[in-house]
Amino acid sequence: MLNDFFLRLREGGVPVSVREYLMLLEALGKGVADYRVEGFYHLARAALVKDESHYDRYDRVFAAYFKGVAELPDGILAAIPEEWLRRMSELNLSDEDKAAIQALGGWEKLMETLRQRLAEQKDRHQGGSKWIGTAGTSPFGAHGYNPEGVRIGQGASRNRRAVKVWDQREFRNLDSSEELGPRNIKLALRRLRRFAREGAPEELDLDGTISATARNAGWLDLRMVPERHNAVKVLLFLDVGGSMDDHVKICEELFSAARTEFKHLEYYYFHNFVYESVWRDNRRRRSERFPLASVMHRYAHDYRLILVGDATMSPYEIIYPGGAIEHHNEEAGAVWLSRLLATYPRAIWLNPQPEQRWDYHDSIRITRELMTERMFPLTLDGLDRGISRLRGQ
Amino acid sequence: MRFTGTDTYVATDDLMMAVNAAVTLERPLLIKGEPGTGKTLLAVEVAKALGRPLLQWHVKSTSKAQQGLYEYDAVSRLRDSQLGDARVQDIAHYIKRGPLWEAFDSAAPAVLLIDEIDKADIEFPNDLLRELDRMEFHVYETQQLVKARHRPAIIITSNNEKELPDAFLRRCFFHYIRFPDRETMERIVGVHFPGLKKNLLAQALTAFFAIREVPGLKKKPSTSELLDWLKLLVAEDIPPEALHNPETGKIIPPLHGALLKNEQDVHLFERLVFMSRRNA
Repeated sequence: MLNDFFLRLREGGVPVSVREYLMLLEALGKGVADYRVEGFYHLARAALVKDESHYDRYDRVFAAYFKGVAELPDGILAAIPEEWLRRMSELNLSDEDKAAIQALGGWEKLMETLRQRLAEQKDRHQGGSKWIGTAGTSPFGAHGYNPEGVRIGQGASRNRRAVKVWDQREFRNLDSSEELGPRNIKLALRRLRRFAREGAPEELDLDGTISATARNAGWLDLRMVPERHNAVKVLLFLDVGGSMDDHVKICEELFSAARTEFKHLEYYYFHNFVYESVWRDNRRRRSERFPLASVMHRYAHDYRLILVGDATMSPYEIIYPGGAIEHHNEEAGAVWLSRLLATYPRAIWLNPQPEQRWDYHDSIRITRELMTERMFPLTLDGLDRGISRLRGQ
Repeated sequence: MRFTGTDTYVATDDLMMAVNAAVTLERPLLIKGEPGTGKTLLAVEVAKALGRPLLQWHVKSTSKAQQGLYEYDAVSRLRDSQLGDARVQDIAHYIKRGPLWEAFDSAAPAVLLIDEIDKADIEFPNDLLRELDRMEFHVYETQQLVKARHRPAIIITSNNEKELPDAFLRRCFFHYIRFPDRETMERIVGVHFPGLKKNLLAQALTAFFAIREVPGLKKKPSTSELLDWLKLLVAEDIPPEALHNPETGKIIPPLHGALLKNEQDVHLFERLVFMSRRNA
């Protein structure tokens, strides 16, 4: 049974490993959980899920898998507020029913009988027609007792935890919809870091000197090392103006984060799509342009290329020569993009448009094809995926 | 011997389960959560509840995994050798034990807190894999194998500033401390201020949760800030009525500086209060 649950979790996108599964079994064997579904839920979550953004997925799988398996929690008897039952009966029970209650011996007896019935009742009764829930002579119910069983305790604080926590899905909003702020962006970009000591040794290696000297029985032995720095080089192309105006804030944040994170960052601007020239200063975009060919010659292949743009335009602007909206281009944008990709094999396209809208734009589809699916949304999750794509290969 | 919270610490069911699982199986427990939800305090309270000695290792951005095990003080040895000290012959004199070694060598099973592990370098957790898993390590200088006499209960906290490596996560139990709901919060406050007037508490919590709901706050106030604020309210002897202004329906908490730690947040909050007053 648990093997199945384990596999379901993996299918549900929770990255669990065999090691963690064995850990869970070991904990179960030692009796850490107290044989209640709720206890098992907490224990399995602590053992299997290692990221709070996966809690929601776990909850969903758990709810789907254990639907109906959960027995009525033992505590429910005490947790049914007597007041509540009394009130419900006043609302819903007919005079005959009330007479029947009296015939059963009043409230004390009634609660006793209810307790017995609950004890006999082993399953959750969806229909509720058999044991509890029929109108008429049965004193329990007439819609007063919800056959779902768990909802009954909602008003009582003690039992609220027994309202199956996994059905509440309280961690819903942690599921990768986290707001993208400068700090998050920096942290995502930081994963690209690749520290290396390159160049001339010009920094005093204090630890090295000390240990070399100590090993040398006290004769000073100076050691030098090259400075340690982030060796990753990044070439950033940003789309400006037009439809990108909606996304200015997020692009600014991405840019400022990238500037502080990478020592070797080169950036250029383009409008809508890359053509034969780009520029570095938006105020002088007409007068001071750099031919794309010379940019590609200038920066070596080990630069990682990040294009940022919404790729939302007319498809002609990509696939036809002369399709650009601002000038006449001799060669189509698609040709230039392919050249860029050939020069910089490690490249991604970040798109501030929400991913679910991509399919509505032909231009995005074409760009994605040109990028061989290396387009990612400009969200924390997308940035993460994009950066790991840049790291790989 | 199960951990069920202490008289100064309110633990939720899922937190208790995670702690008990980690203590029973002698595996590390990784705790994440918003700042100020009592992550660090947990280790202190677990040690207190289980009656075990507590060892703390506060990680900084410059911390190395090696420092948790031991450090070889070569400079002292160098100085001693220049002075002709006899101790210099034995290298063991210059090996300084780290918190992990102390925890392994403790006579009774200890509780070890590794605080804010995400502050250190990305490789830091990877360097501790074997130590946390097998609970043993090798001292290179003296060729000595240090093995845990009792596997300590290790509690690790993280603020999520860096992603932790998978291999490391696989070896831990994990718990995310959720921000407490109103009911849990009342219990937490009750534990810290047993004599607090009922209506002051109710008004203060209303004000507190209302501030947390204000959209656009850069830093939402947390549990520890609420406790600080209550301490101030009690010290200043502020009446409960002052916390709630029924005319505007808007809450203007006195001493809000304890809750809002950012001048932009204070401005935003004052503007909202001002606007709601004008509309009223």
